Amino acid sequence: MTATLLRRVYFTIVALFLAAPLIVVAGVSVNSRQELSFPPVGFSLAWYAQIFTDPEWRLALIHSVTLAVCSAAIAVAVALPLAWFLWRRIAPWANIFQVLGLAPFILPPVITALGFLSFWATVGLFGQFFTAIVSHAIFFVTLPLVTLSLGFASIDRSLVEAAATMGADDRTVLKTVVLPLILPYLVSGYAFAFVLSLNEYIVAYMTIGFTTETLPIKIFNALRYGYTPTMAAVSVFFVAVAALVFGAIARFGDIRRLLGAMSSEGN
Amino acid sequence: MRREAPKSVADYTPLFFPALMLIVFFVVPFSTMIAVSFFKRNPSGFYTPDFVFDNYARFLSVFFGGVLGFSLMLAVLVAVCCVAIAFPFTYLLTRRPRRVQTLWLVGLLSVLSLSEVIIGFAWSTLFSRTAGITNLFVAIGLMDKPVALLPTFGAVLTGMVYQALPYTILVLYPALVRFDPTLLEAARTLGASPIRAFFNVVAPALRNTIVATLIMVFVFALGSYLLPQILGRPQHWTLSVLITDQAIYQSNMPFGAAMAVFLVLISLALVGLTLLVGRRENAL
Repeated sequence: MTATLLRRVYFTIVALFLAAPLIVVAGVSVNSRQELSFPPVGFSLAWYAQIFTDPEWRLALIHSVTLAVCSAAIAVAVALPLAWFLWRRIAPWANIFQVLGLAPFILPPVITALGFLSFWATVGLFGQFFTAIVSHAIFFVTLPLVTLSLGFASIDRSLVEAAATMGADDRTVLKTVVLPLILPYLVSGYAFAFVLSLNEYIVAYMTIGFTTETLPIKIFNALRYGYTPTMAAVSVFFVAVAALVFGAIARFGDIRRLLGAMSSEGN
Repeated sequence: MRREAPKSVADYTPLFFPALMLIVFFVVPFSTMIAVSFFKRNPSGFYTPDFVFDNYARFLSVFFGGVLGFSLMLAVLVAVCCVAIAFPFTYLLTRRPRRVQTLWLVGLLSVLSLSEVIIGFAWSTLFSRTAGITNLFVAIGLMDKPVALLPTFGAVLTGMVYQALPYTILVLYPALVRFDPTLLEAARTLGASPIRAFFNVVAPALRNTIVATLIMVFVFALGSYLLPQILGRPQHWTLSVLITDQAIYQSNMPFGAAMAVFLVLISLALVGLTLLVGRRENAL
């Protein structure tokens, strides 16, 4: 009895800690005047509208979404053949590419960002929008690589063997058996990369920060010139997008399995 | 179809595109950064190619030693706080029904994916005088008038614990979810209270997991580049903040690169240590 009560209290405290800043930001975002007060004075959704109507915020939104859509697609395009090869072939030295795929995410982000800055500056392409897309694709390749590797590991090899016995060649097996089985993992890999790219600041800043504003860059720049409720509205928008995407993954896939709960089916 | 070794060059084709991308856009940039760390600063451009150790020699200053010491101390503190909060929490979470777990995981992932900019902005609002938590304390009569709680060391620490806590929980989750429940049942049968069983059975059995998680969170916290800047004073700046500052605002890319190489070495050594700890755990 007391144990249950203790657990409830503990869970509530952690939930409050995680939610508190978001609640304040959500409150601030509906102020009717241009000031940050909490509890909000009046009620207005005008700051949300401003994300789409103010030309600067709208442009930043378009940049961010373009960046996230394209870089997540490239990240998946890099991760899929690599994960497939590692699953299909025995080639120990190819694991080096798996390590390379995991490294950008494990190292402190500033390092990866500075690597891209020195690279693009050296080859003379610094500041072009596509450099941010490529940089984000490499930076986030880890996520589809991890989800796809999990997906391939979950395939029952006897299914593939059955298809091969019936005369299917590699290409047919890939198209009719393997791809449908790993599709959920592919989609969640894309979704993870998309959400994180949308939120990413330092790599985007070091590659295109001087020429282009994405939403996180715009928020940071706005931080220095004074706070507006629009920043709060954008933050709420980010939380909502993340919750929606991860909620969808949980609804249509097995998020516990994706996060490593492999052998817990009995619980 | 079994796994088989590649027989012909054609079997390697799927590897071609990923290998090319990772080499050109990760290995080459990384090497470029190492090269730049030996270059000379060029105030009007990015750098002048050279081979000097000046950038590394600058580490041997009191100022740099102070920043390094502070960064390490802060990261250790964040790691300890996070694991202390997250370990019991994650353990309890893994004993909850699947629906509850899923709900929490979605929430944790949403917070984890938040930009450091947004976390910084959110906490600077929460700690501010006009919209902050102290207004709540005034309302319930705990304080006379609202005050600003930043820039302070406490604000930096809170922000970084907030940022790293979902990460800590998600790192601990797989190990705890697989933890053999019969160990705990045995302890309970022998008469231990749930809390006693947790501290005397669960925690010691997962000692290596705890150590590995501490190191992972430590490396994660070392990477925080904005929170010390938004929530703290210049004396709270960490190595990551300093790297950004040198590379972008002081336009001293070579010095920034040298510090980055240094940070890589620390991180790699620690990640290597994690793998070693993990291997020993698997061998048991």
